[in-house]
Order: sequence, then C-alpha cells, then structure tokens
Amino acid sequence: MPLLEISQLKKAYTSPDGGTHVVVDVPEFKLEAQAQVALSGESGSGKTTFLNLIAGILAPDTGSIKLNGLELAGLRESARDRVRATTIGYIFQTFNLLQGYTALENVLLGMSFGPGADREFAKALLKRVGLDTKLNHLPRQLSTGQQQRVAVARALANRPKLVLADEPTGNLDHANAGESLKLIREACRENGAALLLVSHDREVLGQFESVQELGKFNRAAK
Amino acid sequence: MTILLIVAKSLRQHLLSTVVTAASIALAGGLLMAVWVVKTQSNDAFTKQNAGFDAVLGARSAKLQLVLNAIFHLEASPGNLPWSDYEDIAKNSAVALALPIAVGDNYHGYRLVGTTTNLFAVEHRPGRRYRVAEGNAFEAGYMEAVLGSFAARQLKLQVGDKFHPYHGLNFDEKQKHDELYVVTGILEPSNTPADRVIWIPLEGIQNMKGHDAKSAAEISAVLVKLKNPIAGRGLELMYNKQGNRLTFAWPIAQVVAELFGKIAWFDKVLELVAWLVAAVATGSVLASIYNSMNERRRDIAILRALGARAHTIFLAVVLECAAIAVLGMIAAFAVYLGITTVAAGIIRAETGVVLDAFAWHPILAWAPAAMIGLSALAGVIPAVKAYRTNVAENLVPVS
Repeated sequence: MPLLEISQLKKAYTSPDGGTHVVVDVPEFKLEAQAQVALSGESGSGKTTFLNLIAGILAPDTGSIKLNGLELAGLRESARDRVRATTIGYIFQTFNLLQGYTALENVLLGMSFGPGADREFAKALLKRVGLDTKLNHLPRQLSTGQQQRVAVARALANRPKLVLADEPTGNLDHANAGESLKLIREACRENGAALLLVSHDREVLGQFESVQELGKFNRAAK
Repeated sequence: MTILLIVAKSLRQHLLSTVVTAASIALAGGLLMAVWVVKTQSNDAFTKQNAGFDAVLGARSAKLQLVLNAIFHLEASPGNLPWSDYEDIAKNSAVALALPIAVGDNYHGYRLVGTTTNLFAVEHRPGRRYRVAEGNAFEAGYMEAVLGSFAARQLKLQVGDKFHPYHGLNFDEKQKHDELYVVTGILEPSNTPADRVIWIPLEGIQNMKGHDAKSAAEISAVLVKLKNPIAGRGLELMYNKQGNRLTFAWPIAQVVAELFGKIAWFDKVLELVAWLVAAVATGSVLASIYNSMNERRRDIAILRALGARAHTIFLAVVLECAAIAVLGMIAAFAVYLGITTVAAGIIRAETGVVLDAFAWHPILAWAPAAMIGLSALAGVIPAVKAYRTNVAENLVPVS
C-alpha cells in the first residue's frame, strides 16, 4: 500500500473579481513509503498549495488524500493538525524558523506537538546536520545554510513518515544548495521518511531518480 | 510545558510592551489594593479606637468634636468645664475611672495634654496599661513631661531633655511660654493617639503663664471608663437629655462611625476611581496584545505548520495576557506596600492611629485574582484573532 495516495483532489480559490480559480486538480498521485520524489513546476503551478493540502494545512474542496492509510480529506482541522504533528515534516523555502527560539528549541518544538520533546534526539539531529556547537544560537546568529540545516533537523524531529520540502534550496547559494539537498535526502533515508520535494531548479531535479512534472498530473496547471 | 514555553518566549520577544503593560497593571492593582486596605483599616482602626475609654464628658458641643479632641487629640476643644463636673462624674457609681484632661499648648505641633497620674492606671487594651518604658512618670505639680513614643521619636527628645511649650494647639514660634519642662519618661508604644501626645501634670496647663486665670479651675474634658459600658445609657440620658450644659459622648465607636458615615460617599468615589484605573490597565493588556497580532501572524502560522492546534494558539494568547497580569500583580504588591506605608505614616503622624500594611485583607487575594481573570478575559479577543490566523497565507514572510 502506498504511503500517500491521492485521487480526484481539487482546490479552488475565489478570486477578487468573484470568480473561482482552480489551483489544484489532481486525478491521481501516489508516493511509496521511503521513496524520494521530486515535483517540478513553474511558479503558479500550484506546488505549494499541493503540498499544503497533503500537510493538512489546507482542506481540499473535493477528493481524497490518504496518508499512511488515513483519509485526511474528511478530517476536522484539529485532527489534520494532529496528523501533521505526528506524521509529516515540512521544510520551507524560507526555513520558517521561529526567531525567538534557539536552534535546539526550534527542533524541540517540532517534536512537542507530536510525539513529545526528546532533548537527546533533538541534539542528535542537530549533530547530524553539523550544528552540535550551535544548539543555543538564535536563527539570526546562524548563516543561511545553517538555518536551513536547523529546518531539516526540525522537519525530522517528530520522526515523520513523510517529509515535504517546498523549494528547500531556493534561498541558498549554489554550494550550499547542493550540500543541503544531499543532507535532506540522506537524513530522510536514515530516518525512514519518504521525501516529496518541489522545485523548479533543474540542478536539484537532476539529483532525483524520480521526477514528476506537476503540469502533467495537475490539470489546473496545464 | 510547550504552551508555557510559547508564552515565555512571546513575553520575551515583546519585552518592552510586556514591561510597560505589566507596569500599568502593577500601578492599577497596587492602587486598588491600597485604597481598599487603607479605607477598611482606617475605618476599623478609628471606630475601634477608644484609647481605653468608653466615653468623653465635655462642654456642650457635637459629640464628634468632643471625641476627636479628647481621644484623637485632633480639632479644637469645644470649651472648658469646671473641676466640679469632673468630681461629680468621678464619684458616679457607674464610673470605674475618670481622667481629667486639659489642652491648650503644644511643642512643635505636638499637643501638651495635662492630666493626672491616673493615666498610667488606664488599660488602653485589655491587660495593657500606658506604661513608661524609659525614665519615670511625671509628678503632679512639677514641670515634668512624659512623651508618647511617636512624639518622642519625631521630636528627638530623650529623658532628661528640657523644652519650652508653645501656646495654642498649632505651633507658632512667637507663642513660646517661659516655663521649662523636663522629659522624665517616654511611654511604651500603645498604637493609640496617646503616642503622639506630650503628657504633663494637669496643673501645668491650668497654671501656664499667659493662660486665662479662670482656666486654673477648669478642664477641657473628662475621659471616662465605665464599670459596665451599658451604664453609659443612663449617663447619656442624664447629661444630654436632662441637662443642657455638658455633652456625654458615648459610645465612642458609634460617634466615630457617624463620621465615616458622613464621608462614605468619598469612599465610594475612591473605590470607583480605583476600579476604573484597574479596568483601563486591563484594557491596556488587550490593546498591547491585539496591536502586536500582525507581527505575530507568521510565528503563529509556523507553530500551526509544526502541528500546533488552533486552540493551543488560542490558549497561549490568553495565557500570555494572564501572565502579564501575574507579573504586574507581583509588582503590584510592591506598589501596594509603598502606598500603604506612606498612607499609614501620614495617618499615624496626623492621628496616632496605626495601620498595618502587612496585615491580611481578602482584597489582597481577590484583587490579583480579578485582575488576572479580567486580563485573561481581555485576551480572548486577540486570541480569537490568533485562532483564525490563515496558516497557508502567513507562512510566507512579509516583505
């Protein structure tokens, strides 16, 4: 059974002129457990909305999202929050670290809404991403690459089954991007998490054995 | 624990507004508690204060003026009465002890009260007499003085020191008497108005040079201790209803209570002002948190993206408002102690009545509870805004 199984998924927004603008219209999408898949797509192709639907941040208008056998589409918001806290890790293009929290606290927070804070595991994750000497640094005291690594550690903190990465290297320079991507992939593999990454960067996409073009399976992007 | 971490971090991230808002809570809460405690304690202290006496006999006047003058050593004497009136009431079978007093002089604003050594036989509280703690009691007929503890401290007078009294109840340096008095003793603190009096022999006031010769056979009032307080009804009837020359102020507590009854409206105004200040301070918590919601939106969205439920965020905002109030109310106790200590000092200096800033009063529990509760309630409005934060829209940085 696939880890993620999507069928007939639709999401539309009401535009300022009152019309309906369909952003996501995916008849079918599957992701196997521990698989690593890249989604390519240009700006406005609905990549972020698609990831937010899988993460349960957005509720679909119609369709089905089955994650680890659980149907997300029919769940209330609080139940989707719970699924996100326990099953999903999310890496954002802008890292979205909490500025008032240290690197360690950011990672601990990634756990505390789900399985519960495990200080030793949080430290081990930060050590894995090379930040064992920066545990008590605030995000502003870290370089952009280091902030990204904190975000990677945080995404894995709740021992997720699925890591969603939205243009994770978009804010990094060339050298950092390559290193960061390698780290994300290795860390997901080590922790048994599947990775679904969206990017429009050909170099990033070239690193993946499996690349799917969003424009091909999202009818709204065609 | 996570929610407490979120609250603590947010308080720290918005440190300036946290401190300013908590300070306004501290001032309002401290003021509210101080107004209440000073009002209640002074009401209790004045109405329970009788300095060890049940009644006052004096010249025909308002009972309140008589009590204020003879017991609290405030106000002017309403007039004198002949020595024979003292002798009459002292002999009355209902009277346990009668103490004649004469006033009319001061030393740097502290009243000289002439009386007899019977003063030292009076129990100002059950089992506690006016006792000379240092030195000795004055002797009748000598120019000797025993100082109340507060007066001695304020005037910096010690046993053996000498001073010239001044004429009148208010200090006027041009009104200096020639007589030279020596301090023979200092009273143990009694926490009564007697603490701020300079006690001298009765003849001292009566025969002070410059006083009306007629006053040598007169006194200002008689302080009366009854064998049975109920007996005051008969004396009241005799002096107040059947006679028209003297006033018998009894019972003292009721006379003072009438004063507080007359100024009850002022208490209400004070209470209202204190509550308004408290309401404004609570409103400042709401304004402070609500105004910062825009800058908090992204953090809220991130927390939600990490799996925090909407009601967790709602609760965090409410708790943050309550936490500001908790911090404010902790500081409010310092404000409260400051205000009550100053107020108690003024009241003691002016009346001799002692208020205890550290004494327990229920408002010290329910004012903090009310302020924290109201602040938490005020937090519901920004909390609803936080609850409704659109996660997907706010995950993108505001540029």
